Amino acid sequence: MNFDMGPYAVYIWPAYGISALALIGITLWTLAAWRRAKARLAALEKRGPSATKT
Amino acid sequence: MNFLFRYANPHEFMRLSGAVLPFTAAATLLCLAVGLYLGFSVPPDYQQGTTIALLFIHVPADVVAELAYGAIAVCSLLSLVWRHPLADTAARAAAPFGALFTALGLVTGSLWGKPMWGTYWVWDARLTSFLLLLFLYLGYMALWNAIEDETRAARAAAILALVGVVNIPIIKFSVDWWSTLHQGESIVSGKVAPVYLWPLLIMMLGYVLLFLTLWMVRIRTAILERRARNLMQAN
Repeated sequence: MNFDMGPYAVYIWPAYGISALALIGITLWTLAAWRRAKARLAALEKRGPSATKT
Repeated sequence: MNFLFRYANPHEFMRLSGAVLPFTAAATLLCLAVGLYLGFSVPPDYQQGTTIALLFIHVPADVVAELAYGAIAVCSLLSLVWRHPLADTAARAAAPFGALFTALGLVTGSLWGKPMWGTYWVWDARLTSFLLLLFLYLGYMALWNAIEDETRAARAAAILALVGVVNIPIIKFSVDWWSTLHQGESIVSGKVAPVYLWPLLIMMLGYVLLFLTLWMVRIRTAILERRARNLMQAN
């Protein structure tokens, strides 16, 4: 493997850096939303339909 | 169509996507790892030098940007014609990913344009139609958020998505129809040397798999959110 990008390094590494940050970021965001939705539904189901009727 | 409807109900979707997700996630990581390894092992291009490295992240982002829009358009059509509720959910879920990949295509392209063309941006047909794609995504998401009634929001957003489809062939053929600074099509016509083509195809597959994986997770999230809402209303 060769990581020596010569004079173009100033364009190549920011492009890779931004891409990596964006893709990792949106993956974490997507997983966090999933966990939140799962936890919320579990809490609601645990409370049961009768809990709020009283 | 029967096939589609059998698997496109929320319950079946949860079951199927749950079974498929570990594999698409693993395949995504594998493709990206192999693609990056191969991508950083290529010799410099005789014209573009080391900036050929940008090929492996620029083109895959563009491909997913257009693929996600196609996915939204197909789901919108399913929603408008067959009134399938999961189609709306799926269409809406794809939009943020499409917008992000479009932005990445623009940014990586811009950082490639500076050393090769001497400018970060030029209003040529390819770049302009691609920027329009980003605005279409943003408008689509804004429309969903602007209308409170979900059925009406879904309808309006689906119509916008279908009208915007006209931009996809414009992006594709912009380099043929107009004289653009952006280079012409080179992958399907076999103008990319195999040493660059393989890392590119593997990275492309990795990006597509990443999109599909995230899209499924987001549809699943929306289904759980709807169940929670229904529970709240039932109480």
